Amino acid sequence: MEKLVIAGREFSSRLFLGTGKFNSNELMTQAIKASGTEMVTVAMKRIELGDKEDDMLQHIINPGIQLLPNTSGVRNAEEAVFAAQMAREAFGTNWLKLEIHPDPRYLLPDSTETLKATEQLVKMGFVVLPYCQADPTLCKHLEEAGAATVMPLGAPIGTNRGLQTRDFLRIIIEQAGVPVVVDAGIGAPSHAAEAMELGASACLVNTAIAVAGDPVAMARAFRQAVEAGRTAYEAGLGVQAESFVAEASSPLTSFLDE
Amino acid sequence: MKVWLNGKEVETAATSLTLLTEELDLPVEGVAVAVNNRMVPRSQWADYVLTEGVHIVIIKAACGG
Repeated sequence: MEKLVIAGREFSSRLFLGTGKFNSNELMTQAIKASGTEMVTVAMKRIELGDKEDDMLQHIINPGIQLLPNTSGVRNAEEAVFAAQMAREAFGTNWLKLEIHPDPRYLLPDSTETLKATEQLVKMGFVVLPYCQADPTLCKHLEEAGAATVMPLGAPIGTNRGLQTRDFLRIIIEQAGVPVVVDAGIGAPSHAAEAMELGASACLVNTAIAVAGDPVAMARAFRQAVEAGRTAYEAGLGVQAESFVAEASSPLTSFLDE
Repeated sequence: MKVWLNGKEVETAATSLTLLTEELDLPVEGVAVAVNNRMVPRSQWADYVLTEGVHIVIIKAACGG
């Protein structure tokens, strides 16, 4: 499997993991390990007075793992820039998953604000990985603005509905000059494998692993699926026939003389 | 002195951001502070003098995708 390079950093794993929705920090740590991931997202929240909750960061800090702080909660570019500065200070990294989704029902990214924020954040020295609509034109604009990757959605966040945007993902992958990470909606290892077979550079998965019956086993399954899909893509998939008419793969030898 | 911390009015004896963060017993890493909606780098916390009624936001790491 070819290595993935984002902003000069090499990744052997093409599976990125979100840290939300796990039942415990211990389970999250084990799933991260089983997934083989080298990039993990982290969010931010306001502290509460007297709060004694376990510090999640201590469970994920590891030299082999790139932290990817997200801007979840912001509603526009201005708030995103502020959140990005807080994230850089808090986590000591200029990498950022830019996500601006003002609508709480579908959590769909606001394209105008995402592009505006990307332009500003790139100028401020951030490595910007924007969560975005599966819109090929937008993805080109994000790339031109200096985004390190584009991260189009397969389906709305947390829905596990797979690659609903499949045809647009194909166009994005065909046109992109930066890595394409399919983010959101990937609900099963087969979805991840499909994204990789289409030529996606990586998948970002959270809910499908975190809420599985056995998140650690599911993390392993996703690891295998992403590797299988990528290997298949690099190997070159066979052409799909236009019709349903069979093409023999064995000689149709006659055995009995007629 | 009263200050606003994450939208709530609180009483504090702290006179600087460093003293405030010590008073709050925050995690060692993954914390950022803003005063009046401007991020204040950790290197400036010690010299940052708090004044009555100032608005402070403190965030920490959280699980998220």
